[in-house]
Amino acid sequence: MSYFLEAKQICKSFPGLKALNNVDLQANQGEILAIVGENGAGKSTLMKVLGGVIYPDRGEISLDGQVVNIQSISQAQTLGIALIHQELNLAENLDVAANIFLGQEPRRGGFLKLLDNKIYDRANQIMQELGLNCSPRTLVSELSLGQKQLVEIARALSFQFRILIMDEPTASLSLEESNRLFGIMKTLQQNGITILYISHRLKEIEIIADRVMVLRDGLNSGELQKSEIKHEAMVRLMVGRELKQFFQHGHRVQRENEPILRVEALRYLDNQKSITFDVHPGEIVGISGLAGSGRTELAETIAGIRPMITGEVFLKDQRISIKSLVDAVRAGIFLIPEDRRLHGLVLSASVKDNILLGSLDNISHLGIIPLHGGDSLAKAMCDKLAIKAPSLSQQVGFLSGGNQQKVVLAKWLCRKPNLIIFDEPTQGIDVGAKAEIYALMDELAKDGAGILMISSDLEEILHVSDRVLVMHHGSLAGELAGQNISEESIMHLATGSAVAA
Amino acid sequence: MKKLTGLIIFLIALYIALIIAVPSQGLALNNYNLAERIGQYGIISLGAGLVIIAGGIDLSIGSVVVLAATACAILLTDKNFCLDPMIAIPIVLAGGAIIGLIHGLLITKMNLPPFMITLCGLFIYRGVARTISGNMSKGIGDQCVDLRHFLYDNDVFGLPRFLAIYIILAIIAAIFLHFSVYGRRLYAIGGNEKAAKYSGIAVDKYKILSYVLCSMAAAFFGVLFLMKNNAVTPSSDGFFLELYAIAGAVLGGCSLRGGEGTIIGITIGTAIMWILPNLTNMWGVPSELEFIVIGTALLLGAILDEKLRPVVNTA
Repeated sequence: MSYFLEAKQICKSFPGLKALNNVDLQANQGEILAIVGENGAGKSTLMKVLGGVIYPDRGEISLDGQVVNIQSISQAQTLGIALIHQELNLAENLDVAANIFLGQEPRRGGFLKLLDNKIYDRANQIMQELGLNCSPRTLVSELSLGQKQLVEIARALSFQFRILIMDEPTASLSLEESNRLFGIMKTLQQNGITILYISHRLKEIEIIADRVMVLRDGLNSGELQKSEIKHEAMVRLMVGRELKQFFQHGHRVQRENEPILRVEALRYLDNQKSITFDVHPGEIVGISGLAGSGRTELAETIAGIRPMITGEVFLKDQRISIKSLVDAVRAGIFLIPEDRRLHGLVLSASVKDNILLGSLDNISHLGIIPLHGGDSLAKAMCDKLAIKAPSLSQQVGFLSGGNQQKVVLAKWLCRKPNLIIFDEPTQGIDVGAKAEIYALMDELAKDGAGILMISSDLEEILHVSDRVLVMHHGSLAGELAGQNISEESIMHLATGSAVAA
Repeated sequence: MKKLTGLIIFLIALYIALIIAVPSQGLALNNYNLAERIGQYGIISLGAGLVIIAGGIDLSIGSVVVLAATACAILLTDKNFCLDPMIAIPIVLAGGAIIGLIHGLLITKMNLPPFMITLCGLFIYRGVARTISGNMSKGIGDQCVDLRHFLYDNDVFGLPRFLAIYIILAIIAAIFLHFSVYGRRLYAIGGNEKAAKYSGIAVDKYKILSYVLCSMAAAFFGVLFLMKNNAVTPSSDGFFLELYAIAGAVLGGCSLRGGEGTIIGITIGTAIMWILPNLTNMWGVPSELEFIVIGTALLLGAILDEKLRPVVNTA
């Protein structure tokens, strides 16, 4: 039997790295093929080869039985291959319609026809199909992250394609938006479109994929048919060994001690019911809720980024005033931000400089840093967190996502944390590194720190949290602990249904 | 490091070419004048470099220089003031600091773009200098003879006093930038302001500090300028100084993206900036071509810089 899309013996090397080593891929018409693997396994590279972004060193691609030579993105598009990148590539200053048709604007004699209403009608039509409910004249910069992702998808839908490649499309989507996307994928599939789907969220893949192809270190490491698609089976092929249990509780919540953090009658949004909660030493409190439910804002308020309207914060029963990030840091309240590249790291600076950024005062004398000041501290942190970097002077931008996240964490572990707030701690991080991050959280808790963990990943919330706060529409919808923590109970609260006693 | 090595080699090559071009009996004098110029202009390059490393820009340097020189001349000679130099000069430096403070506050607290703020300054300070001087040259006559003698007729180990002053300032700046907490934080702010903020650094304070130091350096340069020339003409002196200062810093490896650059690099960059016109002059290249040579050298530097830059992956 011949496949609709077939790639044979694809090889691609980058300086110092063999990204793809004789990788094969086959896909049938109307099939949803999931491609999984750890970060750096070569998934994105393979997709870029198919999408015409990069040209392979060796290998053959055939489409519909014909050997094709894909040399550019526009050529891939002509062949009917649409690639939706991992990162958003939108012109924020233009409106939705202009973004959807970017690069293929309808022209009349060399002049743009953008003023033509037809283009907005066409855009609107595509947006309706995707459930993107805004005017096509809205500026992209005004959209939420999830909506922007839908604009990316709309762009792919604007031309006739037979193969749709999606590289981690749900990383920034809320549950609701993800589900809508899966609906769209099913519809496309029924129309005979082949979908290549990359995601780190294995749960999604169990639901959506017809077949799974697993890559490891640039090699094919296995394939799973529909009936075999199970979380453990995928992980086994991805890491090449059985992973120990997802998360092991080694810490003990010190309930008998006074709460490390107590927040009373906090309000930071208009028309918001006030929020009261506490975190005990050694406790991991998960914060769940749909995107836009005010989770990140809560974290930002406690970390001093966002002003509070009313409310009091107590640290170990002492009332503290948090008016700025500087105040929060001084109180030992540290935020590990959601976007680590934007808010967490100086990408052009070295691993060492990033680790030491928050504790320069401790390694300096009268403001002067000794020649090798902090080297030993930075080294100790790298060892403790198993940060994989060639040297302390390596630029952080060159590390993998998991290692970057560990560097952000290391920055705060240099100081004694009272409370660490994790905002989406494992977003875009592969399975192996995820387990390491969880182990570190557990260790932090064991040492008596309090942890607040915001996550859109229900699995993560279920496994890691001792207690879960669920937010809905900017307010605290409920609190779950112990046996009461379940997917259903969280979703109940998150969607605003009454609490099931 | 690679970039710095390249710059040093380029500088040495230029200097060798200069030795060949200059008649041997004139070499010592030429060296002396060149060193003096590098020392003088290096001071504003240090200021510009500091601001650029912190991710900002200062276009007002030349106008601050002229305003400082004019104000200094008036404070020294106007019959209403007739101040002693030991009082007048600190007042001028403090004035420079206040200008930098205003820049910094507008940029951080009102969130206005540095390019715009300092461009406004470029116009305003020049206008103020012309107004307070009655749009005339301001001389200092026979004031400050001792100070001028000290600054210009006095060598330190055979180096012009100016270069010696620069070297001292550069060493202080190097310790500040490369070995102090403040410097490390300035780099972080230039590299990623948000990450620095999220690390609990009082970002605004540091940004303001960089503008204050830059404007103070410009004011100091203004005082030295006045001492050297005995007079200042607000309608014509000090044009393009900010661009020379920025060019020296950027040529020496300060990235306009912020977060990059070294004091040694800025020093070498400034040296190249001033050795180039000296060399073309000696070669007999018409002076109208001078700007083309400087511009081309900068362009080549920028291209090489981009080629040598390691690409941070975005995956």
